[in-house]
Amino acid sequence: MMALFIVGLSLGLAMKFELLAPGKTIMGAQDYNATFTLHGIIMIFLIVVPGLPAVFGNFFLPILIGAKDVAFPKLNLLSWWIYIVGATIAISSQFFGDGPPDTGWTFYAPYSFKTGTNMLPAVLGAFVLGFSSIVTGLNFIVTIHRLRCPGMGWFKMPLFVWSLYGTAWIQLLATPIVGITLVMVILERTLNIGFFDPALGGDPILYQHLFWIYSHPAVYIMILPAMGVISEIIPTFSQKHIFGYKAIIISTMAIAFVGYFVWGHHMFTSGMSGTALYTFSLLTFLVAIPSAIKVFNWVATLHKASINLKTPLYWALAFMFVFMVGGLSGMALGALATDVYLHDTAFVVGHFHYIVFGGTGFAFLGAMHYWFPKMYGRMYDAQWANTGLVIMFIGFNALYAPMFYLGMIGMPRRYFDYLPQFHAANILSTMGSWVMATGFFIVLINLIRSSRNGAPAEVDPWHGKTLEWTVPSPPPVLNFDEIPTLGEDDGPYEYK
Amino acid sequence: MSSEEKHHIVSYKTYLFILLGLITLTLLSVGITNIELREYTVAAALIFAAIKSYFVLYYFMHLKYDKPLYRRMAMFVFLLFFAVLFVTFIDYVNR
Repeated sequence: MMALFIVGLSLGLAMKFELLAPGKTIMGAQDYNATFTLHGIIMIFLIVVPGLPAVFGNFFLPILIGAKDVAFPKLNLLSWWIYIVGATIAISSQFFGDGPPDTGWTFYAPYSFKTGTNMLPAVLGAFVLGFSSIVTGLNFIVTIHRLRCPGMGWFKMPLFVWSLYGTAWIQLLATPIVGITLVMVILERTLNIGFFDPALGGDPILYQHLFWIYSHPAVYIMILPAMGVISEIIPTFSQKHIFGYKAIIISTMAIAFVGYFVWGHHMFTSGMSGTALYTFSLLTFLVAIPSAIKVFNWVATLHKASINLKTPLYWALAFMFVFMVGGLSGMALGALATDVYLHDTAFVVGHFHYIVFGGTGFAFLGAMHYWFPKMYGRMYDAQWANTGLVIMFIGFNALYAPMFYLGMIGMPRRYFDYLPQFHAANILSTMGSWVMATGFFIVLINLIRSSRNGAPAEVDPWHGKTLEWTVPSPPPVLNFDEIPTLGEDDGPYEYK
Repeated sequence: MSSEEKHHIVSYKTYLFILLGLITLTLLSVGITNIELREYTVAAALIFAAIKSYFVLYYFMHLKYDKPLYRRMAMFVFLLFFAVLFVTFIDYVNR
């Protein structure tokens, strides 16, 4: 996954380099289209969707609920193999056939079945990857229902577990819809059936409905586990019970549920009916409420706490900042009038990356720095970790904040070229990408070095109260010698 | 294994009735395409498909004889599916 991330990051850097100056810099229109398509496929389907659940969910879910493993370990292994097969098929689209796919990661019809590029492997790869997601979701739901240790009621579960539970239901129920949709694209290309082709009685907007019925909930597959990680880090480094434990649980499940009904905000300019536009805009504003509840609860937890300023908390604070910028810019896109203006501009790219890279990516790195001592049994160099974080944070904002400005002054997204008035902000954005990549590699190299040479980690270096901090670092193969039992007063955030 | 946990055996007669019911519903879902229902044609086909899925889940997949929790979970999925279709039709009916 890390290798794929570096490939995706390199493609992103190449796109930013292309936008350093108007006109062709290092690639032309077709190469640019292929680059952002592959960047999207890798980052969405191979990194962000499976990232937190696959890496931290599989490792920590059983430990956090006092279980020896997930309910179906072999199904878990199957999920990994499906991921490898799906990734191989998707990436193979670059190397044979009639040239790399150029539709963007959304595979929009009718272009996806009309383009002469090598679409079938890309679509088939995404289809296969969906099964990996479904299998993991099923495994997590059964694990949480059946394998909680004695005394761990539903309202004694850590919030990361709750977030994985909400995520797992989305994985299980929403992913088949995109699976069917991608099969329809394959059939459309191979058999010319006409699901989405108006000339044959089909409806291209149907594709957008079907695609976003999955892909908007998929945003919550990406962000809910990230919110779960932040809900673990903040109480640990505040040494305080999390504010509004049940409110966070309810907001998690509310996001998972309401998130099913907001997909139409991706389609405000598609030609949908006016009634549908109003409905989706209203629902979009509703889904912002539970997200805001979480942020309020995190801030309230920090209020008057004995804050222990360590690297994982810095990541959590960075997450909150970028997530709020991403969330508030989303309000501009959820409102009908402003969306018509901002649709398909660089503003959307900025918003999306603030949420998905800033949100999920920063939470992933926060989780890495939080659980690293437990996973590897070693501490990392905090000074280098903090240096990398600061550089990455500055670079991130320099890279994506100009996109809001560029979008507002009318720069469209997905073009390799632009008008001269967009030049200055694009220079800042491209230079930001270099700074951000430098920060990321400092963080990465520090973690790799520390996994080999870091000082041995204690069992509970952060003084956390969840069950992973009761087992050795790294945990033994089956996590616990004896399944723990929680008493009446035990809970995940009982700091006294 | 306690007596409650033993697998329920469904009679051939029940299976036969369900099979005939599914075939009838399939014929009806084909037949209804001859009636001009405009944008509701898809809705009609989906209603027939939903009823057929209900029979398959309830009898062939033994949901009827399973714990109430599983019935509730399947019901939740059905309701979610219905709600998603309802929201989609807000677009189709009003276009």
